[in-house]
Amino acid sequence: MSPYTTHADLGGLPGFGVVAPEHEGDLFHADWERKTLALTLAVGATGSWNIDQSRAARETLPDYLKLSYYQIWLAALEKLLRERGLATADEIQSGILEQFPLAVARVLQAQAVTAALLEGSPVQRQPAQPARFQLGQRVRTRSKVVGHHTRLPGYTRGKQGLVERVHGVHVFADSHAQGMGEDPQWLYGVVFDEAELWPERTRPSSAQGLKVSIDAWEPYLEAV
Amino acid sequence: MTDNHDHGPDDEHSELSEMETRVRALQSVLTQKGYIDPTALDMLIDTYQTQVGPRNGARVVARSWIDPQFRDWLLRDATPAIASLGYSGRQGEHMVAVENSAERHNLVVCTLCSCYPWPVLGLPPVWYKSAPYRSRAVKDPRGVLADFGVHLPESTEIRVWDSTAEVRYLVIPQRPAGTEHLSEDALAALITRDAMIGTRLVEAPAAQWRA
Repeated sequence: MSPYTTHADLGGLPGFGVVAPEHEGDLFHADWERKTLALTLAVGATGSWNIDQSRAARETLPDYLKLSYYQIWLAALEKLLRERGLATADEIQSGILEQFPLAVARVLQAQAVTAALLEGSPVQRQPAQPARFQLGQRVRTRSKVVGHHTRLPGYTRGKQGLVERVHGVHVFADSHAQGMGEDPQWLYGVVFDEAELWPERTRPSSAQGLKVSIDAWEPYLEAV
Repeated sequence: MTDNHDHGPDDEHSELSEMETRVRALQSVLTQKGYIDPTALDMLIDTYQTQVGPRNGARVVARSWIDPQFRDWLLRDATPAIASLGYSGRQGEHMVAVENSAERHNLVVCTLCSCYPWPVLGLPPVWYKSAPYRSRAVKDPRGVLADFGVHLPESTEIRVWDSTAEVRYLVIPQRPAGTEHLSEDALAALITRDAMIGTRLVEAPAAQWRA
């Protein structure tokens, strides 16, 4: 099995330059971006993959960092369609139907769009067991690199933090992305001090410093 | 609101034409396969171009500024509080509101992709999804704020929220001084998208006129 490599775990990496602000109305920069957004949402609604699988498809694109955001979405959509056998590479390139369609769970109709967006896809589930960690408890994050999609950012691996929120039990992205079902797990808000995250820093960035919070599922954490 | 920023045929790069062709081919084959309803695509685009955007979040924030009970509800249990104003759903199923003060300034990022509270802010801007913002927000947020022309006192703690799960964060900016006489609608008009991400402050009307 080839190793899993994400190109999207960017927190703390140097060398990307300054942020370029934009006006509030500047949502799309070409018509194909609009269509890519809509196609991604519409095909997503067929239920052929879940949101964590689409994130995994995007972050593993070898040229991720060279692509614009909607180019990433489009490339991942094409990849998922090919992988699931929903369309062939030739069909995607030519736009011409060559094979019979596969059955999909549902097709999003125009009259159902508003209701579907307003409803969304909540990921909170009933707890099967009590939470392992309490508010105010010190925890340490997993330090090893895992060979699959995960939502523990690299800059927070192997770090001590404080449980600041208990969000409830949520669908576990790592399992969900691997097609292993929802595997719901307790989700915590964990806050880290600047000195813990960036130990090479000789002094805090300001008098009151910096704190960073992430949301971490229970399997990412151990008691200190 | 946005359409006049698009590239017209004259300045369209060959790369853009290539992308248009590619997306058209994809849409065509997906339609022939029956996986999509083409009119649903127009509905999806129209929703995020004309209905769901940062004016929703501005109404939430303005309400929290004038209604202490709503503010408390928003800070305690943001999802139903926001839904009470009619905003809910995709990419905002589990909301948390965080409030700025003189002591603490909040900034929201998604270092792993582009997680963003769609029902209240619409689709994320390009810079929010970009490598410069995602890489620097958690390490040098004051530097990021400086890119937006914002300089906070040393005495303000910066708190960054990295949206790593399906919880989505909305920043409640500080209400500017001198706005006590303004109506809820006038307050909402002052509140920008960037202020609700945490990369700008809300300015009083006089300051806006000077700018």
